[in-house]
Amino acid sequence: MTDPVIEMRGITKTFPGVRALSDVSFDVRPGEVNALVGENGAGKSTLIKILSGVYHADSGAVHVGGEAVHFAHPVESLRAGIAVIYQEFSLLPERTVAQNLFLGREPRTRFGLIDGAKMRAETKEVLALFAAAGRIDPDRTVGELDVATQQVVEIAKAVSTGARVVVMDEPTAALNEAECEELFTTVDTLRDRGVAIIYITHRMREITRLADRVTVLKDGEVAARFDAVPAPDAIVRAMVGRDIEDFYAPPATPEEIGETVLTVRGAGNTVLHDIDLDVRAGEIVGLAGIQGAGRVALAMALFGETPFDHGEVTLNGAAVSFRNPRAAITGGVGLLPGDRKSEGLVLMQSVRDNGMLTSRAFAPLWASDRRNANADTGRMDDLLDHMEIRAASYDQDIRALSGGNQQKAIVARWLSMRPKLLIFIEPTRGIDVNSKAGIYHLMRDLAREGAGILMISSDLPEVIGAADRVLVMQEGRITAEFGHGASEQDIMHAATGEGEVAA
Amino acid sequence: MTDRPDTQNAKRRLPQINPVWILLAALIVAIIFMNPGFVEPTGYMNFLKRAAPLAILAAGQVYVITSGGFDLSVGSLITLVVVGSSMLTNNDPTATYWVIPVMLGIGLGVGALNGLIVCFLRVPSLIATLGMMITLNGVAFLWSGGAPRGYLPDTFRFFGRELIRDVPLVRFIPISVIVLVVVVGLFAWLMHRTNLGRHVHAIGDNPVAARLAGVAVNRVRVTAFMLSGLSGAIAGILLGGFAGVSTDVGTGYELQAITAAVLGGAQLLGGRGSVPAAVGGALALTAIFTLLNFLGLPQPVRQVVQGLILIAAVALAMHRRKQTGT
Repeated sequence: MTDPVIEMRGITKTFPGVRALSDVSFDVRPGEVNALVGENGAGKSTLIKILSGVYHADSGAVHVGGEAVHFAHPVESLRAGIAVIYQEFSLLPERTVAQNLFLGREPRTRFGLIDGAKMRAETKEVLALFAAAGRIDPDRTVGELDVATQQVVEIAKAVSTGARVVVMDEPTAALNEAECEELFTTVDTLRDRGVAIIYITHRMREITRLADRVTVLKDGEVAARFDAVPAPDAIVRAMVGRDIEDFYAPPATPEEIGETVLTVRGAGNTVLHDIDLDVRAGEIVGLAGIQGAGRVALAMALFGETPFDHGEVTLNGAAVSFRNPRAAITGGVGLLPGDRKSEGLVLMQSVRDNGMLTSRAFAPLWASDRRNANADTGRMDDLLDHMEIRAASYDQDIRALSGGNQQKAIVARWLSMRPKLLIFIEPTRGIDVNSKAGIYHLMRDLAREGAGILMISSDLPEVIGAADRVLVMQEGRITAEFGHGASEQDIMHAATGEGEVAA
Repeated sequence: MTDRPDTQNAKRRLPQINPVWILLAALIVAIIFMNPGFVEPTGYMNFLKRAAPLAILAAGQVYVITSGGFDLSVGSLITLVVVGSSMLTNNDPTATYWVIPVMLGIGLGVGALNGLIVCFLRVPSLIATLGMMITLNGVAFLWSGGAPRGYLPDTFRFFGRELIRDVPLVRFIPISVIVLVVVVGLFAWLMHRTNLGRHVHAIGDNPVAARLAGVAVNRVRVTAFMLSGLSGAIAGILLGGFAGVSTDVGTGYELQAITAAVLGGAQLLGGRGSVPAAVGGALALTAIFTLLNFLGLPQPVRQVVQGLILIAAVALAMHRRKQTGT
């Protein structure tokens, strides 16, 4: 067995008031994938930031290739061959693929000018390693590429800098099924080339598919180490410290499903066509489809952000036509946006302010911020307690919280409004297993209390597990419907309109 | 990390003291060192009186900055208010009683116009209010025919000039200081205790998230500009009482107000801002000008210092932000 290329021993890191890591040891060898898993707040990101020199450990040692290192800055770790692929890419969107790959180390001609031809040739050479190579023109600007392809470029950049270690932080968060599969192939390629890979994920399927070893962090400590991939149950148990029974809440019984809350007939706009849709009280309707199939457009049309321009929408028996989100909320619709940071949160404000944002928006401007018809600070705190949000205080800025806790604060925002129809867009993107289960059960509780729920998700097992009914969209139309318990293959088939599907 | 936050007895971390208060305290010590008379009521009351227009302006400006914009129009609004008041009162002392409400209305109206231009014509606030600044200057000039009457009735100048005498402890209180306290109190309450204030923060922080959460973004933004306009009108009424009528009475106040708000820690581009701290910034800026006066430095030096302070305050804020992560 080869020696580890990275060895971290006894790492301890304390932030004011929080012990983020205590005595954590971790290693990865060339040509293997060590999956780093754990709930949000377990310390995964902190460990990676110490490895890459963003943070400094209070105690413990980091060895790279057998030598002790003390990175003072991420640039130093990069030079030592450690590349971290974050969820937000470091690419320059206005530059070409080749320019990005060689950013800051452009090959020169003997006159000192940038050697464009050589740069392009070497880019092609590096890209040839990846399955997506055919699609990528070194002269395309990166901003024109889709997320999955940008990710390939980011990884190619790491390879071209001669990285010995590649860290991937939840790389599939923004990818659809087919793109995930391509990424897995890319990871295999890297592994075959002897690169050591640290792969951070929440998804069991990815662990099973990719990992050689698994390291589970919990509350800043190593909860378990597996030298081979164990059964998913064992990983989950180590992550959360208990079995997760009923990961998904049980589906609605016929008695729980009530009156029709939402009816849409023949509605459409520039991207949506012939939408017919019913959502009944007490049911969770899943909306599946590939990126760009119109799922988010449908949600935004129902919410009045990009309204339908024809067709009929009936909410609780009354014909409605919402022209903006405010009107939709007044009508009893709520929406959890798909991108928490850019659409959901006011990051510089407190957890409580984020929770009360909507209830305050429907109270008089000049009235006290502590109490309104839908919530007061005490009730909001109770709701936040009920969600088991982990924060030092609800007065704390929400940006310091983990994704799962941030998402729960947005759910609390809508709970206080008691909407009749609640639309969840990618409700569990980038949040940990335990919080996921919490969100599924919350959705079910809301449905039981009489709300109709529309859930958009790119995570097929989630759509199948959490929804009572699944609608599939393709090119702006609803093309298929499945009852509870449909298979991934059936849904993918309907979503892509193709026979051959990688699931 | 605790499992559940202890919110009942709100364990906020030790409140960080806003550096503007330390700066202000240091400046006041320096002033007292150079002029021991400052500890007498005539010293500090006159200081507060002089600082009142800028402090009121800063309290209004911080609404616009926190909501993610700038209001450059308040300086020429001040000029318009002073010139317009002298034209409307036309030496009639009883006219004051309707002219002042008209001026407050003009302030609110100019603010509303700024806000509507930013919201509906999608003109960035920096440009919209710059245009408004030039326009209002022209209006003031046209209205007065270029030669403003150098007179405002005493009834109008009451707010800027008069004192309440025989007050225990402090001997006298200028009316302008009372106006300052009332306006700042009102603005601070609106900003930090009402839904309006929370929404001003929210739309400056993330307008998309605020809209998707149902916040009436345009209404809040227009209101923020209206409060800034109102603060300009009030500052103009005070300044009209201090000095005579001229067409450059408000010149430069808009940048001083922005400097004061930033000195008080308001986040440029929005999301964070405090009315009391902006007022602290205005007092600190006035204290710096007072010191420069004591040192006998000429007017251009004031401008150099003010410019450097603005840059330094923003640089410091950026540095602190980087240190606290994100």
